[in-house]
Amino acid sequence: MCLGIPGEVIEILPDQPDLARVDVSGVRRVINIGLLENETIAPGEWVLIHVGFALSKIDEAEAAAALEFLEGIGQAYEDELAALAESRIE
Amino acid sequence: MRFVDEFRDADKAHALAAKIASLCEPGRQYKLMEVCGGHTHTIYKHGLEDYLPEQITLVHGPGCPVCVIPMGRVDDAMALASDPDVIMTSFGDMMRVPGSNGSFFDAKARGTDIRMVYSPLDSLKIARQNPDKRVIFMAIGFETTAPSTAMTVLRAAAEGLTNFSIFCNHVTIIPAIKAILDSPDLRLDGFIGPGHVSTVIGCRPYEFIARDYGKPVVVAGFEPLDILQSIYMLMLQLSQDRAEIENQYSRVVPWDGNVVALRAIGQTMELRPYFEWRGLGFISHSALKVRSDYAKFDAELLYSVPGVRVADPKACQCGEVLKGVLKPWECKVFGTACTPETPIGTCMVSPEGACAAYYNYGRLTRTRVKEASTS
Repeated sequence: MCLGIPGEVIEILPDQPDLARVDVSGVRRVINIGLLENETIAPGEWVLIHVGFALSKIDEAEAAAALEFLEGIGQAYEDELAALAESRIE
Repeated sequence: MRFVDEFRDADKAHALAAKIASLCEPGRQYKLMEVCGGHTHTIYKHGLEDYLPEQITLVHGPGCPVCVIPMGRVDDAMALASDPDVIMTSFGDMMRVPGSNGSFFDAKARGTDIRMVYSPLDSLKIARQNPDKRVIFMAIGFETTAPSTAMTVLRAAAEGLTNFSIFCNHVTIIPAIKAILDSPDLRLDGFIGPGHVSTVIGCRPYEFIARDYGKPVVVAGFEPLDILQSIYMLMLQLSQDRAEIENQYSRVVPWDGNVVALRAIGQTMELRPYFEWRGLGFISHSALKVRSDYAKFDAELLYSVPGVRVADPKACQCGEVLKGVLKPWECKVFGTACTPETPIGTCMVSPEGACAAYYNYGRLTRTRVKEASTS
């Protein structure tokens, strides 16, 4: 729950500018980007996601490092990904 | 040293370790607290204590959101969930936390409608899909998750949802750190500051720790090298008699935090006069409740909550572990009656809990061997 997981922005949802489809380790889900309203978010950029909300924008190198770290911790990240896969934010 | 080759930057880690060792004053003991449970997890996963000189002890702090929820609040949530008209939603981490009458998982097995969600926004969706039910989200966590709850309440208000509310258990990290600093049980030399909480609150709220208590704080990232680098930065400050707030994780943490997130929290929630923390007792102004403007989303006002204080099981010493006074393995039930499969206390439930981290990564054996060889 407290894990920040990196996601690559695939698209900003048409008609819903506070929602974006992201790719997290191959899982594609919709998250809320309303907490980053002061920043521009574009497809191909990376964000750090907490419980369905992007909390900060990160660069690709940071995303790769964070991902490597998360994959290393094993079960807790798998649980988080499984929970994300069940998520249907709209 | 079997953990050494588990991460790719072992050379860099050894170089940092040598620099850290060179900063230790002969004969002085150093106690550094990592506030955040995510850091505790990294430290035990990668055996980072093996890199540090014996003079430096890492003390685990209270920054595990599931660990600090007192039993009475779990019981309150169960009471709310027991109404057949209610669907209770919760993060997965919370599901195994024991109340007086078992955990959410146990209640679910008995037929109570408790559903695991990834995000509070998923609870909103459940509310929209079940207009004849009342959906209550079990809101827990520090400032990392509070903005998500706040944004969800704002969204529910904008949509005019009438069957959604939250049972607010959000806590704030600064009063807990202050309680630890004021506690006579423990003398700390510095703090490894939490990474993700600081993404929201920034670095300024820690300034009192340097100013009023003369202790350094370094906000740290989660990778093993981040933590070693932060320990080096703390030791450098201590060796130069400095006490400042430094940000090792500036690639993610802005000095001023996330102002949108802080605004959302401020708009929907306000500080409670006091709140009970498991193990730490009642701490003033340390938790959030729903602001009166949003009272119709506050489950505590909408429904009757027993609000009974429940003492922790006698055998459980999570309180001492959360304050950093006891190491997990010093608890009487650690690894015997209390394991991740059958947790008695919260520190064994969450992967961020110090006891679970110790248990999962075999620290028990190492620590006992080390103790035996030095006694």
